[in-house]
Amino acid sequence: MFDNVFGIHEPALLLHGQRLSVLANNMANADTPNFKARDIDFAEVLSGSQGDAPLPVTVTNAAHISMSDGGLPAADLKYRNPYQASLDGNTVEMPVEQAAFAENNVRYQASLNFINSQISLLQYAIAGQ
Amino acid sequence: MSLFSVFNVAGSALNAQTIRLNTTASNLANSESVSGDPTQVYRGRHPVFQAMMDDSDTSDLGQDASAGVRVLGIVESTTPPTMSYQPNNPQANKDGYVFTSNVNPIEEMTNMISANRSFSTNVEAINTARDLLLKTISMGH
Repeated sequence: MFDNVFGIHEPALLLHGQRLSVLANNMANADTPNFKARDIDFAEVLSGSQGDAPLPVTVTNAAHISMSDGGLPAADLKYRNPYQASLDGNTVEMPVEQAAFAENNVRYQASLNFINSQISLLQYAIAGQ
Repeated sequence: MSLFSVFNVAGSALNAQTIRLNTTASNLANSESVSGDPTQVYRGRHPVFQAMMDDSDTSDLGQDASAGVRVLGIVESTTPPTMSYQPNNPQANKDGYVFTSNVNPIEEMTNMISANRSFSTNVEAINTARDLLLKTISMGH
């Protein structure tokens, strides 16, 4: 019953965290020649239609707790198309990255808020008052 | 790559931009230096950036994900120095010519502005990651 209590927001939160590191890496390499900007395509990953099956957590010791088959959805990194060509082959455009970063920030907090309200709902149900 | 790796990635970027700013400051300071010998005169120095590859086996995003930037080294500009005829200059060579360094102050100023902006953006990334992590830690409270 508790497998799906957070719905889509549990993998979405993990994916937003990954996307944060990808975008931060793009911004770090904004001046590196020939660096190509990457990003995660959300719609495809969350609908599960791309990449391999989600990786299960392997258990090597009987005392370890095995996670459900969910795990972290495998995310394929795609290349970002630049709006303008550049001389040194670098495809990072800072305003584009900053906008994506800000959007990712808001979505991460939205998922976090939803999970928090689900948790307080569960606590309310458990406590009964 | 998790949220914690953002600190390493942005930290490497801050370091790289600081090196870039240092070389820019050195170039600006030496932009007017002269010498009678073209091989001895100051030549502009620029850092070479390279994306670092993510070597950890726990990367969920595959082996071709990169994890920050590093400075490969510092190269000297190969632009020939400008020659000017100054026979009264104590450093002039036997023909009366002195060689001025090949630093272009305008180019150095734009490098400085770009390094400044990159630095601010990466500090912003660190602050955001820190705030999100703190909120995640206090999830459910």
